[in-house]
Amino acid sequence: MTIAQEKNPPVKLPNEPAITPQIVAEHGLAPDEYERLLKIMGRTPTMVELGIFSAMWSEHCSYKSSKVWLKKLPTKAPWVIQGPGENAGVIDIGDGQAAIFKMESHNHPSYIEPYQGAATGVGGILRDVFTMGARPVANLNALRFGDPNHPRTRHLVSGVVAGIGGYGNCMGIPTVGGETNFHSAYNGNILVNAMTVGIAPSDRIFYAAAAGIGNPLVYVGSKTGRDGIHGATMSSTEFNEDSESKRPTVQVGDPFVEKLLLEACLELMATDAIVAIQDMGAAGLTSSSFEMAAKGGLGVVVELDKVPMRETGMNPYELMLSESQERMLIVLKPGREELARKIFEKWELDFAVIGHLTDTERMVLSWHGDIVGNIPIPPLVTEAPMYERPWTLTPLPAELDAAKVPAPKDWNASLITLMGSPDLASKAWIWKQYDHLIMGNTAIRPQDGDAALVRVPGGHKGLAMTSDCTPRYVQAHPETGGRQAVAEAWRNITATGAKPLAVTDNMNFGNPQKPEIMGQFAGAIMGMTEACNALDFPVVSGNVSLYNETEGRPILPTPTIGAVGVIEDIATSVGSRLMQSGLALVLLGETKGWLGQSIYLRELHGREEGAPPPVDLAAERRNGDFVRGEIVGRRVAACHDLSDGGLLVGLAEMCLAGGTGATLKLPKGINAPHAYLYGEDQARYLVATDDGEALLAAAAKAGVPAVQLGYSGGVNLVVEGLLDLPLSELRAVHEGWLPDYMSSAA
Amino acid sequence: MKAAVLVFPGSNREGDVAQAIELVTGRRPSMVWHGDGDFEKVDLIVVPGGFSYGDYLRCGAMAAQSPVMAEVKKRAAQGVPVLGICNGFQIVTEAGLLPGTLMRNSHLKFVCSDVHLKVETSQSLFTNRYQAGQVIKVPVAHAEGNYFADADTLKRLEDRGQIAFRYCTPSGVVEGAGNPNGSTNNIAGIFNETKTVLGLMPHPENAVEPMFGGTDGKGLFEGMVEALS
Repeated sequence: MTIAQEKNPPVKLPNEPAITPQIVAEHGLAPDEYERLLKIMGRTPTMVELGIFSAMWSEHCSYKSSKVWLKKLPTKAPWVIQGPGENAGVIDIGDGQAAIFKMESHNHPSYIEPYQGAATGVGGILRDVFTMGARPVANLNALRFGDPNHPRTRHLVSGVVAGIGGYGNCMGIPTVGGETNFHSAYNGNILVNAMTVGIAPSDRIFYAAAAGIGNPLVYVGSKTGRDGIHGATMSSTEFNEDSESKRPTVQVGDPFVEKLLLEACLELMATDAIVAIQDMGAAGLTSSSFEMAAKGGLGVVVELDKVPMRETGMNPYELMLSESQERMLIVLKPGREELARKIFEKWELDFAVIGHLTDTERMVLSWHGDIVGNIPIPPLVTEAPMYERPWTLTPLPAELDAAKVPAPKDWNASLITLMGSPDLASKAWIWKQYDHLIMGNTAIRPQDGDAALVRVPGGHKGLAMTSDCTPRYVQAHPETGGRQAVAEAWRNITATGAKPLAVTDNMNFGNPQKPEIMGQFAGAIMGMTEACNALDFPVVSGNVSLYNETEGRPILPTPTIGAVGVIEDIATSVGSRLMQSGLALVLLGETKGWLGQSIYLRELHGREEGAPPPVDLAAERRNGDFVRGEIVGRRVAACHDLSDGGLLVGLAEMCLAGGTGATLKLPKGINAPHAYLYGEDQARYLVATDDGEALLAAAAKAGVPAVQLGYSGGVNLVVEGLLDLPLSELRAVHEGWLPDYMSSAA
Repeated sequence: MKAAVLVFPGSNREGDVAQAIELVTGRRPSMVWHGDGDFEKVDLIVVPGGFSYGDYLRCGAMAAQSPVMAEVKKRAAQGVPVLGICNGFQIVTEAGLLPGTLMRNSHLKFVCSDVHLKVETSQSLFTNRYQAGQVIKVPVAHAEGNYFADADTLKRLEDRGQIAFRYCTPSGVVEGAGNPNGSTNNIAGIFNETKTVLGLMPHPENAVEPMFGGTDGKGLFEGMVEALS
């Protein structure tokens, strides 16, 4: 195809409708955005061109509302190899190895069709990671469901969990961690955030930027069908009663094909054939071909009739916008086509050369010899809409006086209630449906520690990983909540003995066109920025999901923080299980008894009020660095970060996980034991050690507040003078709630 | 001991079992691609876990028809030991090397968890490192591990001592409480008549290192080394 031809205006296809304002609106483009399009194109677009603009300028692909804020996050550190902007973030973990990871949402699809929505969320994030040359070694997921009493919740939990398991289990990647919350704010809009961590040689990372004029553009994987057309646009609007009718926009996954694709890609990556590679995720062939060409400063010709198709009668519009799963786009070095073809044929996958790179900086789409689309690439990126939407910060609520919160009348009953409450109850019903042991490297399993710990194959190093957010804190005060989410992720990594290295963020918020929602976003980013800076914890990848509203009701603002850390010798790590008697229990960090926004307040008194616990980042740093040193120095037997439910819930979790009881004696001068035991003060760890004296002395030297509260042992959890409960009774409610809920009739 | 591990499209625990074999023997087994009808002479053939052919049609059904399984059947008939784990158990059952079938778990969900197994006999090349009646802890990870066979077949298996492992409680009681999938008679693994083919649902290959699930599965590999080297 000559350049002269490429500049010709495209031909209209038979039956192609005229572009009307209604068609423009249906594509989610605002009138001023369409004006922008016309200016760039200099003419009325064809349908396929309109579809491409619609997808590329959707909130999901363009980050048009969030970009100005995301830029504020710190993204650099000496160990960061690749920050945001690629398929996933890359960090150096030493010994010539890199960890590659990202978290991504699949919220809207999972609400509409929970099994496939969640499954393809896992499939998408896996591809993001192996596109870059990594073999995935672990999956995590952060799930938020509606009120357990809402009629849809059971169905959604069941479908989402089965979908995540169905995909990850078949892929053979262990699902090792995550979190699950329930709150009525998610009734009509659940959150499914999936994270994948992979490992690659640090000198063999693959990127998306195309290079080499004339180089072949190759399509591999599954055939393209009509599923998921407009998925990116659908994800960028609010929900209403008609959302059910959007089911055809949800993709259907095939983990078996993705497993073949993973193996075939890694096999090809071991050769020198690849120039650039990009998975086809949201907006499919459109965004993948566009991003590759744009990043390389090149043009591209795509011969759409050569795309492997699943059904007959598909047109260019459908081919460009389909979100069929398990597909990749590759730019090969010249002459490597046959080598690549053989690999993909061995794995029984489709392989087709569908175009080539040009120097025109235009995307030219051809269809049986006719040009049907012709778009200049740079302006679509540089002239993309970017909004500084008005924002109103949420004011800090008044501090709640702990003295005005009643103490429990029956202490045993209070702990039973909390341990069997939806947010604190064991999630074993969920994670037992995930293969968390495959690959044989899982050192800390779900529920056995604050973070999952996975051995890096072929050595002694371990990767610790976690996902965290406390949405009720973010709702009450986004800055504090953003700070807390980062700090808790950092603490969870620290509590295993690993050094926290970097973050992936999944920002789930409501409609950004409302100033108070944009203010939540802005506040959360401010808090996260402070915390990431203070803790040397840069953001290397992420995803934004806006318009999480149904009938105008927004979700709780949920900036999920996924984090990864490294421990040099996995044998020095600890979990949170209390496994032996006679260990001293030492509380590290300061306890004031903060009950504002606590689980105690919500579950026992039905109140969601007050300011969330403040996060002192200097204290976080000091306490965390201290406890990590003690763990790696092998002076600690078990360690648990204290968060939801405070000290007593934290201790109960340690006892249940390890099967050993404990007896606590409160220090003298505690006026409000319920605030001391259930308060959610930050920067705290509960540690078990065989030498309490030594730990207290070391803490004093490091300036870390520390107090010894008791010893492990027995088969009961005892707080002298207040509470005495057999672990068996606690276990029954803790492990019973979710299975009972799931098996009871709606 | 020279071992071969088969690899089908969709196999995913071939690396785990290869790692376990290497740990015990110091020697990496050879990995045999499903399309290869023939492969070098080995002392042990392992059919690993995973989702061969996506578990489509029926778990193990398509892999059982692959060229490499025709060769495995031929060698099994000559007495070459075959170990089928999880999806491998499903495949060797579909291939007719072992009787019965693996149905959907009775609770209809995938289950990944440590389970306890009672070793039924030490009189086999696979279990000679264990004591009869010994309780070991190894994980399961499957959605279709519910062993079923008709009454005559079950009786024959029981009478001839072809049950290798049964699910049990931590204290060794064979009862419903220890059964993760509804399997008939709590059967976790069975032998063929000559005890040269073993199929089991649990994953001994994921219980060979102290920090990674314990070492109760190691005995299986050590026993094979002793018998086959």
